[in-house]
Amino acid sequence: MSHLTPEQLTEEARQELARLTKPLSPKQRLAIPEQEMPAQDPVARRGNMQEVALGYSGEQAKLEAERCLQCPTKPCVKGCPVGINIPAFIQKITEGDYQSAIGIIRESSLLPSVCGRVCPQESQCQAPCTVGKALKSIDKAVAIGRLERFVADWERENGLIKSPDVKPATGKKVGVIGSGPASITVAADVRREGHEVTVFEAFHRPGGVLLYGIPEFRLPKAIVDQEISSLKSMGVEIKTDFVIGRTRRLTDLLEKDGYDALFIGTGAGLPKFMNIDGENLVGVFSANEYLTRANLMKGYDNRAATPIFPSKKVAVLGGGNVAMDAARSAVRLGAEEVHLIYRRTEAEMPARVEEVAHAKEEGVIFHTLRNPTRILADERGWVSGMEVLKYELGEPDSSGRRRPVEIKGSEFEMEVDTVIVAIGNESNPLIRQTTPGLQTSKWGTLIVDDTGKTSLDRVFAGGDIVLGAATVILAMGEGRRAAAAINKLLL
Amino acid sequence: MNRILSKRQLSAEVFQMRIEAPLIARERRAGQFVILQLNSHFGERIPLTIADADPVEGSITIIFQTVGRTTHLLALKNAGDTVEHLVGPLGQPTHIEKFGRVICVGGGIGVAPLHPIAQAMKAAGNEVIIIMGARNKELLILEEEMRRIADELIICTDDGSYGRKALVTAPLKELCEADPKPALAVAIGPPVMMKFCAETTRPYGVHTMVSLNTIMVDGTGMCGGCRVTVGKETKFVCVDGPEFDGHLVDFDNMISRLKAYKPREDADHHRCHLEEAIKEKDVV
Repeated sequence: MSHLTPEQLTEEARQELARLTKPLSPKQRLAIPEQEMPAQDPVARRGNMQEVALGYSGEQAKLEAERCLQCPTKPCVKGCPVGINIPAFIQKITEGDYQSAIGIIRESSLLPSVCGRVCPQESQCQAPCTVGKALKSIDKAVAIGRLERFVADWERENGLIKSPDVKPATGKKVGVIGSGPASITVAADVRREGHEVTVFEAFHRPGGVLLYGIPEFRLPKAIVDQEISSLKSMGVEIKTDFVIGRTRRLTDLLEKDGYDALFIGTGAGLPKFMNIDGENLVGVFSANEYLTRANLMKGYDNRAATPIFPSKKVAVLGGGNVAMDAARSAVRLGAEEVHLIYRRTEAEMPARVEEVAHAKEEGVIFHTLRNPTRILADERGWVSGMEVLKYELGEPDSSGRRRPVEIKGSEFEMEVDTVIVAIGNESNPLIRQTTPGLQTSKWGTLIVDDTGKTSLDRVFAGGDIVLGAATVILAMGEGRRAAAAINKLLL
Repeated sequence: MNRILSKRQLSAEVFQMRIEAPLIARERRAGQFVILQLNSHFGERIPLTIADADPVEGSITIIFQTVGRTTHLLALKNAGDTVEHLVGPLGQPTHIEKFGRVICVGGGIGVAPLHPIAQAMKAAGNEVIIIMGARNKELLILEEEMRRIADELIICTDDGSYGRKALVTAPLKELCEADPKPALAVAIGPPVMMKFCAETTRPYGVHTMVSLNTIMVDGTGMCGGCRVTVGKETKFVCVDGPEFDGHLVDFDNMISRLKAYKPREDADHHRCHLEEAIKEKDVV
């Protein structure tokens, strides 16, 4: 498929819109071509960190919105973890009333610019979409995420974001630990009710995984900073360089510092490794480390003091969004070849389809049904290659997916100088180790009840520290739930 | 916040700073460290051990050697200046109890992190014998402070310019053979020194604790850049350490990991000295 410029896509949409004669029948709506997301040219973007997806123009947004059938069953709403009234906001886009459209989204979601970019819509709201079903392809569902992003960007770019009203001070104090999507949601929802809110962040900048994990080319930092400044303008205090469990214990916040309730949203920040030989060689990185160096520490900029390992041939292990982010970052940081190694097939990859497509367009080489058995070293202890085993698909397992089965004796060597391990994260142990009585599962995640309350009184939790590594929107949903419970507790 | 209260040059490339950090001073225990960053946008995060703390004054003392870009910039700061970011205390505190005879071995700048541990060991009622080593007399730091703590202080220099002309492993071996046998050795210094201290004590079965200073980014377990091989397991220095059983640490692996960014660090180091030279010339 040849690359179309944003101008070309807009022009096509303009012509198509002019041809539409209202009222549109469902058949006519189904005939409207799905609107492609304008993107930076794949060759150009290999050399820069700027956002790849450029966002719909007004014409494209209006045309895409016309594809929605406004069906009475609204399966999309059930597919959305926070239950956004999707048909209603899409209807407002067709009317050109973007202000009302974003207003409808904001009733349920606090971070539309973020979620419009990073939500896995194809497995959530867009999965059950009637249009996609009628056209027999999820790829042809209404592009709800792109429309959400369109109105959220419209609101931000026009300076129309209003910080929510804050009720009169209640004198109650709430501490929020971590500053990722779950914590941002709790801070806003609790502050709105007039409670004093302090956010504690271990890093030097707030934003959590939105900042250190998701790269600039997928989620510009300016958008995260905007969300943080909204919190600040509501009067939320943010303490960076503050590690709960080390700088101050959680129990001290409750017992000595006068906090009436706490929310733990510290995420799943403990990288998993493969437990194979050679994993501690020079040149093997967790995706967390690689992405943090590249993103938060700005390794792509030659003014940054944080060094990035000079790689020529990179292997990324894993098939999720983090693996795509790491591979695509490696491309941009100048690697000559970037290989992605995944044990199953592309159909089973947890990464969003769009991220997989973008990675391929940028030249990442995919190796599916492959898994490394050991990492090889040169005489200095630096990575020189990887021994890889081939797999084939066997019988379906209990989950119904065909299980990858190793092909005995199929080992081969791949020459690489860098290995990035992106096979998931576990929950960070710091808080549970330093907080007696906090109950955890065997995976180290915090156990909460259906209001988000932990085993400790007045202590709530949500996001990846409860779910294991999940998504921004689920974290936000958890934050909403916990904030409601905290607000009820403090009544 | 994070105001520098005092600065002292201990040797050609080693500086001591007292920094206002009341929260860290209150919580820190022997063996813990901080992460410091000088510029929010382009600065790097570097781990530095806490050499001392005064919870009443609300200050911590750090001792650092100018090796990379950040330590060179830090050395240019003076009392009254501030450090943009300081986070801690990080890492597991040293396990302190009354063991009996404890040998504390410090090499070079490793004497700085050793100081609070020796202090705590002494306070717990141990007999503390301190061995300090440096290439020459000029590079020796904290001699007076250590002398105040030590039941016996042994100084070694490579060139014999002060104390014994020996490596720290020589008196360590003698002490392992002496009666009473040491209950514990604590060795902190360059990785090669720690490796050989561990090899020295191994035949005598003297438990030997080492404190590792590896490359880190976040310091809270998130990146795993600091990981080391201990026994057959992978451990994170930032959350599992920084102290480990010296007899189980794979020092060769650790030493090679420390060199991951060596070309870049050498270039920075060179540039820092050039910049300093240019600055001095401008002043003249």
